[in-house]
Amino acid sequence: MIRLQEDPMNMIICGVGGQGNILLSRMIGRILIRKDYRVDIGESFGAAQRGGSVFSSLRVSRKKNHGPLIPEGRAQVIVSLEPLEALRMLSFYGNPEVTTIFNTQPVYPVGVLSKRVKYPDLERLKTAIAQLSQKSWSLNAVEMAMRLKAPIVANIIMLGALTGTGTVPINLDEVKAEIVSSLPPNRVELNLKALNMGYEAIG
Amino acid sequence: MSLFDKKPEDTGRFVMGNEAIARGALEAGVQFVAGYPGTPSSEIIQTLSEAAKTMNIHAEWSTNEKVACEGAAAAAFAGLRSLSAMKNAGMSVALDFLTHLSYTGLGDRGGAMLVVVCDDPNAHSSGDETDSRWLAPFASAPLVEASTIQEAKDLTRWALDLSEEFKCFVMVRGYTRLSHASSTIRMDELGEFNRQARSDSSVAINPYLGLTHHAAVLEKLEKIRERFEHSPFNVYEGPKKPELIIVCGGSGKPCAGEALESLKLRDRVGLLKIGTLWPFPRNFVKKHIGRTQALLLAEEVDPFLEHQLKDMLADNPVENLRIFGKRSGHIPGFGEMTPDRVIKALSALLKVPYSRRSRAYQKKLSQISSDLIISRGLTWCPGCPHRASFWALERAVKTDGRDGYVTGDIGCSTLDVFPEGKERMNLLHAMGSGTGLASGFGQLGPFGYTQPVINVCGDSTFFHAAIPALINGVYNQSNMMLVLLDNSATAMTGFQAHPGTGFNALGRPTEKIDIEKLCVALGCQTTVWDPFDIKGTVATIRNLLKKEGVRVLILRRNCEIVRMKKEKNKPFVVVVEEERCKGEECAVCTSQFRCPALFQDVKTGKTKLKEDICSGCGVCIQICPFKSIKGEKRA
Repeated sequence: MIRLQEDPMNMIICGVGGQGNILLSRMIGRILIRKDYRVDIGESFGAAQRGGSVFSSLRVSRKKNHGPLIPEGRAQVIVSLEPLEALRMLSFYGNPEVTTIFNTQPVYPVGVLSKRVKYPDLERLKTAIAQLSQKSWSLNAVEMAMRLKAPIVANIIMLGALTGTGTVPINLDEVKAEIVSSLPPNRVELNLKALNMGYEAIG
Repeated sequence: MSLFDKKPEDTGRFVMGNEAIARGALEAGVQFVAGYPGTPSSEIIQTLSEAAKTMNIHAEWSTNEKVACEGAAAAAFAGLRSLSAMKNAGMSVALDFLTHLSYTGLGDRGGAMLVVVCDDPNAHSSGDETDSRWLAPFASAPLVEASTIQEAKDLTRWALDLSEEFKCFVMVRGYTRLSHASSTIRMDELGEFNRQARSDSSVAINPYLGLTHHAAVLEKLEKIRERFEHSPFNVYEGPKKPELIIVCGGSGKPCAGEALESLKLRDRVGLLKIGTLWPFPRNFVKKHIGRTQALLLAEEVDPFLEHQLKDMLADNPVENLRIFGKRSGHIPGFGEMTPDRVIKALSALLKVPYSRRSRAYQKKLSQISSDLIISRGLTWCPGCPHRASFWALERAVKTDGRDGYVTGDIGCSTLDVFPEGKERMNLLHAMGSGTGLASGFGQLGPFGYTQPVINVCGDSTFFHAAIPALINGVYNQSNMMLVLLDNSATAMTGFQAHPGTGFNALGRPTEKIDIEKLCVALGCQTTVWDPFDIKGTVATIRNLLKKEGVRVLILRRNCEIVRMKKEKNKPFVVVVEEERCKGEECAVCTSQFRCPALFQDVKTGKTKLKEDICSGCGVCIQICPFKSIKGEKRA
């Protein structure tokens, strides 16, 4: 059984508004609560949903509940649905011990479309994330989701990948149970497929 | 187990702060709830509206916060327990009523009323981070604030009891890091929802002859302060004789606790948490600060507690007491409370070294990442009718050639002012203010003002506060044009119902207010157009700009998110014909129209479509100057 390396375990789940970031943090939260962990989640949403950066912070503990905010430089795990957002979160919460799992498919900021700014070179971005993490895993979850003809399940593919890395105390059966209990019945099969895809991409 | 279970099991339930506030109100037997959506408060009424579907509760989205408070007060006057919820800006709208309500109290029918106001420190989703704690003394209203999700539930329930006992409304302050944080809470039994409403018509209630009322309010507040001195929500934790005590309200508590643990200072520093902020429980505070000779006030936005504390100390001087906080510069005078802010202040005051990470990592970080991290601006969704409306407006104003001046309003249309909007709005303030400002600019002709005046306003904002300003414009014969972006949703805050949607807070059908008929009845020259017809919209705006008096152009198109949820299809199959596309030479669709579903391919420089997010609205087909974007209408 996977144990917490530190208590509390601080985890950031980030991405771009609309990628299903909040759903992901809630699912992980519920799985851990079922295993008798104390979980607190902090979120800010509203305007940020409109294409902006969004992130949730999770505090996971065996002992007690914590405030929703993680002190700077104190994340142990960063799960990012977008590469630029992974680096942005590393700049706030990264440290030499952090584990980062990220989707390599960029979502261009609207400033890139209007040519006000340039999206960073993807290879440099990937290298930077790896260099700033003790361990890092990357996969193109959007491309994989497109193979299932459902870009919306990229977040579940990332959840499968996270489970596969073994950094968080959740296993595949527990995640499957959460999918079955929390998603509408007609979405379960697709999401279980996505989960396995992400899990296998890591294993 | 549901959030609405009558007798919950002890296993606890994982809920958001706003859901906890709603549960607390349900446990206290609330029967009337009303509010206007606004981040971070919206989920309170949303949750209670769900409850109202099966319980003996009235829930409504009111047209604005003042009406919401009036409705809730009516229920309290008639003997029910009620709640109104809003964001900080909304409380300012309600204030005229609330200041009077303090003077009269809630009458003798045994009712109770809470005003829940959720602040947004850091202005995550607001135009400002106004600190509504000051409004409690201003409105002579008791004010309480929770520090955890559990407390949010317990305190809400407690505050309704307090309101009933003292026959006055009580302010409950939420804030983003409470309202939108989630944790596991223990729930208690639901209250009874069986009160009958009735007014006592033999009694006259009004705030006139104000002096006697005011004297009575002061007396009441003094009694409430005495109650606050012994409130279970005020706590001291820490050593008997600490080197320093952190004084904080709800939002400071978790941050201060985090700081003490990070710096391993639990044995040296005490924590004095005040949940009943005003009237300030001065004896409770006085008793505990006697333990030490140094205080740090850890509070967000304004120095509200610092003022209360220093006011108390002016009457009860304590020798050799040093006070640190915003005035001393140890805590910034703006922005939200964070663990790092308290860590930094404590580290400096107690000379405990702290580094958030090693210098080597910090150096590596700035070397590797500084030129890679770019900002991510906010923008309208693909298929949003606002993008089309602003596109047409920009063109019409430009070709009109008289330097038209545009006032804006609050909602998704506000995204125009962000760096990636069209930046067409020249002036933007509060809800409905764009119409009032336009009505004013439209009177400046005699002073040499020749620019056409245009106000852009969303439909929910129109009902909330723009109508009186529009009437003002007609009545005083202003020269202005209102462009009403009618997307049939309060989109920015989460698609809540409003008077123009035909649905109420419970999702049930209701009378739909016809904006067009309303504007005609007010005497406005009224036109309705579809913003997805770009050419037609530009021509219509240009025509209307030439006219005088008050003109209203309703640009009507459903919010794309709402439409897609219902219709689940793309009206157009959009294709970019690469051979025709002029790429970087042109770039109208990418760098000017800025739909997130269109981007320039790095290799070819030509426009490409992101099919996964394209909504198939077909507007880009109309704006491409080289007809290289094609679309087939789906049957």
